[in-house]
Amino acid sequence: MKEIRVLSPVGMLGYGFPAESFQKGLEKKPHVIAADAGSTDAGPHKLGAGVGIVSKEATKKDLTLMLTAGRENKIPVIIGSAGGSGAEVHLNWTSEIVKEIAKEKNLHFKMALIHAEVEKDYLKKKLAQGKIKPLGPVPELTSKDIEEATRIVAVMGTHSHIKALEMGAEVIIAGRSNDPAMFAALPIKEGYDPGLALHMGKILECGAMASTPGTTSDCMMAYLREDCFIVEPTNTMRKCIPSTVAAHTLYEKSSPLHIIGPEGVVDVTGCKFEQYSERAIKVSGSKLKKSETINIKLEGANKVAYRTICIAGLRDPIMIKQINECEKHVRDTVLTYFNNISPEDYQLIFHIYGKNGVMGELEPRKEITSHELCLILETVAKDQELANTICAFARSTLMHYSYKGRIATAGNLAFPYAPSDIPTGAVYKFNIHHLVEVDDPDELFSVEMVEV
Amino acid sequence: MTKEVSIIDLVKVIRSKNAGPFELTFDIIFKDKETYEKVKRTKVITKELIAKLYHIPIEKVLHFVEFDPANAIKATIVRPVDSGSIGETDVYGAQQHAPLLDIKIPYEE
Repeated sequence: MKEIRVLSPVGMLGYGFPAESFQKGLEKKPHVIAADAGSTDAGPHKLGAGVGIVSKEATKKDLTLMLTAGRENKIPVIIGSAGGSGAEVHLNWTSEIVKEIAKEKNLHFKMALIHAEVEKDYLKKKLAQGKIKPLGPVPELTSKDIEEATRIVAVMGTHSHIKALEMGAEVIIAGRSNDPAMFAALPIKEGYDPGLALHMGKILECGAMASTPGTTSDCMMAYLREDCFIVEPTNTMRKCIPSTVAAHTLYEKSSPLHIIGPEGVVDVTGCKFEQYSERAIKVSGSKLKKSETINIKLEGANKVAYRTICIAGLRDPIMIKQINECEKHVRDTVLTYFNNISPEDYQLIFHIYGKNGVMGELEPRKEITSHELCLILETVAKDQELANTICAFARSTLMHYSYKGRIATAGNLAFPYAPSDIPTGAVYKFNIHHLVEVDDPDELFSVEMVEV
Repeated sequence: MTKEVSIIDLVKVIRSKNAGPFELTFDIIFKDKETYEKVKRTKVITKELIAKLYHIPIEKVLHFVEFDPANAIKATIVRPVDSGSIGETDVYGAQQHAPLLDIKIPYEE
């Protein structure tokens, strides 16, 4: 029987996974080890500022196990969306860690770096040709958006990963990649059904999350055959059941019926999820409908402000009852005192936990029932100095505001920290979330081979 | 006889999460096929209910799908602000599900 086996050790490179689970996976003789290292989930800051979300030490620890096993078993190791957002800075960061490990462990291999950062001039040309359209509820792209973005990446599909494998890559460190791509690339190259391979990739990209008890910090093994795939967590304390795998098919997707990517749309409406053995699930029926044009997702982030926050607790019931009035007083006082500063240069945001801190305007409950509140007084402004200034003034105003019926006259706020005000630096925004139509994915992604 | 049952007693999973930085998606996954089919027949959970629970216009509910293979109902709305932007309260969108827990289903014994 024709079968290809894919090992996903962890849902996010650097989250960590048990070495025993990994060993159990290796005993099943996988043909490839792959992991996702990035996401837009943590917000635009990683892409905008060019930083990661996991530490170097944790990334190195996970990669050491993967690279060593890859070389011992002579199978490729593929990392997608390197460094958190898959731009050049993230790719270099990851590649340096790989080289460090190779040196320490005396490993030698052909490494492919797949670049995913996009040239602004190229995008402007595409925009002028009318080849860029919004993805989801976002406005049309403008050349100003392109200009303002600190970094723009394109999200590669299996095409570029397959190309790197064909060039003889033993380790692939890829820039921003569609989540299933790292897992589906080798199977598609070997002639397996792309619909099943991509659906399998979607299940594997979060490690053992599609099992129960689910987690991203453990290993999942998939066995892809000609007409189905089987997934099983390698740790015997976990198991897959139809609902955990079916549930993961809809996880983080706008519509559950289709998994959309650069290859086209995987239609999962006719899918079957069946118990295959005690801890394994068999999935069949996923079908790829190839798109007529090649549409690649673009992600870009721009710097919009600087932020300072102040965290404070409130315990006085007389004040808690008047929290909305207190907020209004602070806003009015700031506005009056800083009448020399344009109100457009800064913004004051009250996050009031115990009222609607978690849900903001979506919160349906209006009454406060808690005996204490947590306030995060947030200021965003055009520069850090102004953010600090407004935050400090708003904080001292609220600290000493004589609200109606006040009997606790020493101060209104309990600060857990000194200093109370914390500058958090630049604030970014996803200002590009669009699709670009290309004739060939190679226009956007280049494979660079490095001898390590 | 018919009585009102809390949705919490009928599901395995109720969750919210980003579906990309601009959308927020809700998954309601029922205990089993039978429960899922029963709830579906009541037609209580609709696009209109999602709009009502979150106080948003119905146009902001982008998708509403019953997904039989997972015994699940899924709805996707426009995020109040794009993930991590100024005014954000929940970058991952993982704690926006609570209003769904208040759903009551008229359920035949």
